[in-house]
Amino acid sequence: MRKLLIWLPLVLFLAFVGLFATGLFKPDDRVIHSRLVGQPLPAFTLPAAASDRPALASAQFVTGKPRLLNIFASWCVPCAAEAPQLMALKQAGVEIDAIAIRDARPDVDGFLQRYGNPYARIGLDARSAVQMALGSSGVPETFVIDGKGRIAYQHIGDIRADDVPMILDRLKDAQ
Amino acid sequence: MKLILALLCALLAVPAAAQTALPPAPWADRQIPDAAQERKAKALMETIRCLTCQSQSIADSGASMAGDMRSQIRERIMAGEQPESIRSWLIARYGDWVSYEPTAAPILWPLWAAPVLLLGLGLLLLRGRIKRRTRA
Repeated sequence: MRKLLIWLPLVLFLAFVGLFATGLFKPDDRVIHSRLVGQPLPAFTLPAAASDRPALASAQFVTGKPRLLNIFASWCVPCAAEAPQLMALKQAGVEIDAIAIRDARPDVDGFLQRYGNPYARIGLDARSAVQMALGSSGVPETFVIDGKGRIAYQHIGDIRADDVPMILDRLKDAQ
Repeated sequence: MKLILALLCALLAVPAAAQTALPPAPWADRQIPDAAQERKAKALMETIRCLTCQSQSIADSGASMAGDMRSQIRERIMAGEQPESIRSWLIARYGDWVSYEPTAAPILWPLWAAPVLLLGLGLLLLRGRIKRRTRA
């Protein structure tokens, strides 16, 4: 027993080395997924964020048809980068609503003029309150909302060109 | 007079954070007048993780979203909500991850048991030593 015990520190040491090594080499995942995926969209009513688009409320998502809810901001660079992809989705017949985070109407208008406007309705969330209620942790993010107003999928970060078919599939799944 | 006005303007200026053009939310950097409520809010804010700067609490972070979270927490505490209910509201959205406060979840049992186990091990070692010493 005593002879075996002498190896205990070494075993413990190796166990720690193993623990640290797995921690070091495991790919870093800092993306925070919303826990609300699969649950109904939290209730909200937001004022209009742009001059030529109506305001947005959660009740408007219960349409029987899946829609996209894009979380963006005029001050967000990746949001500008995903604009062509949102346009492509719109051209594919997808209805897209949006929430502008910490934004102001003239800035949103300028952004849409510059990068195009794929949105049907845009709500203004000046203090990130709805963003928090959604469990969203940054911009841009895109939620697939099914026809019953449930969150079916959350895409974190900008939609790249090769994400578009996947988003279309998610919309089909949410039908 | 002009100098005073200029100085006042300088006081109002916020450092350029390059995140958003909007000024911080009303209660982001302003204390609740009621000291007891502010203490509660502050204690909660120190244990809620910032979603933008992930190794900081929202009390320490200058990120605009952290400011919005502080403002919302202060407003909800002023409205009479308990800090723990705000914490569980956030956990329901962002997962345990958002709270720095360890919970009693099974995955953390080894953490809670470690001090007791180590103390027991120490006592055992001590007993062995004392026994050997008295025998000698």
